[in-house]
Amino acid sequence: MRVLVIEDDREAAAFLSKGLEESGYAVDHAGDGTDGLHLAANERYDVMIVDRMLPGLDGLSIVETIRGQGIATPVLILSALDQVDERVRGLKAGGDDYLAKPYSFAELLARIEALLRRANVGTAETRLRVADLEMDLLARTVKRAGKIIDLQPREFRLLEYLMQNASHVVTRTMMLEAVWNYHFDPQTNVIDVHISRLRAKVDKEFGAPLLHTVRGAGYCLREPD
Amino acid sequence: MNPIKRLGGSTVRFALVYLALFGLSTSAVLGFVYTTSVGVIDSQTDHTIEAEITGLAEHYRQNGLIGLTEIVTRRSRGSPGRRNMYLVTDPRFAPVAGNLSRWPNEARDGPGWIDFLVETKGGTDARPQVARARIFFLADGFHLLVGRDTTERSAFRKRMTEALLGALALSVALGAAGGLLMGRHVLRRIDAINRTSRGILGGDLKRRVPIGGSGDEFDQLAHNLNAMLDRIAGLMSGMREVANGIAHDLRSPISRLRARLEVTLLGKADPEVYRHALQETIAETDTILETFNALLAISLAESRALRAEFAEIDLASLATDAVELYQPLAEEKGQRVSLEIEAGLVTLGNHSLLSQAVANLLDNAVKYTPAGGTVSIIVQPGIAGPEIAVADDGPGIPSDFRQKALRRFTRLEASRQAPGSGLGLSLVAAVAELHDATLHLEDNGPGLRAVLRFAPRLGSHSK
Repeated sequence: MRVLVIEDDREAAAFLSKGLEESGYAVDHAGDGTDGLHLAANERYDVMIVDRMLPGLDGLSIVETIRGQGIATPVLILSALDQVDERVRGLKAGGDDYLAKPYSFAELLARIEALLRRANVGTAETRLRVADLEMDLLARTVKRAGKIIDLQPREFRLLEYLMQNASHVVTRTMMLEAVWNYHFDPQTNVIDVHISRLRAKVDKEFGAPLLHTVRGAGYCLREPD
Repeated sequence: MNPIKRLGGSTVRFALVYLALFGLSTSAVLGFVYTTSVGVIDSQTDHTIEAEITGLAEHYRQNGLIGLTEIVTRRSRGSPGRRNMYLVTDPRFAPVAGNLSRWPNEARDGPGWIDFLVETKGGTDARPQVARARIFFLADGFHLLVGRDTTERSAFRKRMTEALLGALALSVALGAAGGLLMGRHVLRRIDAINRTSRGILGGDLKRRVPIGGSGDEFDQLAHNLNAMLDRIAGLMSGMREVANGIAHDLRSPISRLRARLEVTLLGKADPEVYRHALQETIAETDTILETFNALLAISLAESRALRAEFAEIDLASLATDAVELYQPLAEEKGQRVSLEIEAGLVTLGNHSLLSQAVANLLDNAVKYTPAGGTVSIIVQPGIAGPEIAVADDGPGIPSDFRQKALRRFTRLEASRQAPGSGLGLSLVAAVAELHDATLHLEDNGPGLRAVLRFAPRLGSHSK
């Protein structure tokens, strides 16, 4: 997997590249907007991480330009501007996700992986399955080992999101954005309570747990080892 | 640069421009008066002379020289003191009839108008007469002159010219004085504003532009400038409060962070100890970040820039979303959650900030209500406009502390240990202001009832 990082802060870019390389990505780095656009337009990448404010050429202009050229590579916009309207602007310009600085590397990694999956999944599926856990998106039913699990609408959407991202880490903010459309962190960690309720319904009566806590990052729904 | 000298220079410049305009218009008026008085009299004289000479020429054509000399002699006699002048001469300019002793030298060239002096032969009226005449060359070489004494008219013209010039001089003098006075008045007001601005630039932020009290444009300008300065002062004191708050709430966690790292470095180089310290450090930076984000959200709400992109927000679904987020947490803490949500109430607003505001209110309620308590969310039409209320039966906020609770970084001493940035309610207050709504902290007897009251929407009725 090739990642292009367009980031003018050298130290931040170095950390980012190191982290991504350790996670198995091949990283190219551009230190300003002009180089970044050159690489983005001429090389093939699986995902791009673009800083919002860059010397030379603004991050949003880069995204708009490559989208104009028909390049559909998923783009994660990084920005020190953590404001509602900035986020909307970033997504309007053609970004696929928006992450405010400072961010945790775990959060960034989880979001990149989600972007890559989204790019690879073609049509929307109507059935999701992880081990013996099944979800029918049309009938709105969930079964585990053939036994129907009764979920409230919000729990259903939370589980749907976890199943769509099965085997990958999903952070609390990603869940807040996907399930509640909340782009802020509540003062209290409310998501943990939702997960423990979901866990009680999905895992408790069954042998091997599917829903796992990933320390310092979030949660992961995956097949038992 | 010397401000007084500059003021003087501007005054003179203003006065000169004023004077030039004033002088031009006065000259135009006086010129008009001159031409309509003197000019009209002149043309009237010419007109009568013309009429008379035409009549005499006609008479000559019909009755010959005899007839002409007869009528000229008669008319000359009928004009004592030579008010009307007549002269008929032969082709060599020798007088034949009339009351002039000789043909004026100015009139030898040909027919036309002349102005000339008539010499008197002494007597009662010794001064020379000023005259204007029309010359006519008759058919067989004889000449005819018809004139009028214009001595009085010339005197009138002279007096008139003197009077008008005097008037002009007086106007110019008055104009110059008026220009200087007005210029000084206007520029003094401007200078007062400039002095105040310089004072403020120099650091005296409490200064205000003096207001004359007449309610003129300068007073309005001064008033607007003062209002602007007050607003800036308000914003600055808000910023100072934020800066103090940041210093207070961020300095301690940052010092803790630094101390932990230092102590860890002093101790044994044990990976487990390091790992633990790093994890604690990350948790601490998250808290700091949370405070920053809350501050940013508040400043965003206060900037009012988002008002341009307001959309219609369904308050019922806004409240339901927030409740669905917090209900499990409340139940986990042994609290009951009661919902009284009326559907169909809408307001214009920013979804993200309103969600955050309602979430903050719920967060507070759940945080401070003991087990067995009840947290209620009410969405109702209200008296004036829609309302969202979050009520609890926890300890509440003492009445004398409620206003203070809306200020940034204010936390009850008792809650210092609870997690949170202390910015939750300030954000709600800022979001309320952005939406022209009001945030009320009321006694729920027991507990706290936080109500967001929205303004009624124009053009639509709330149920």
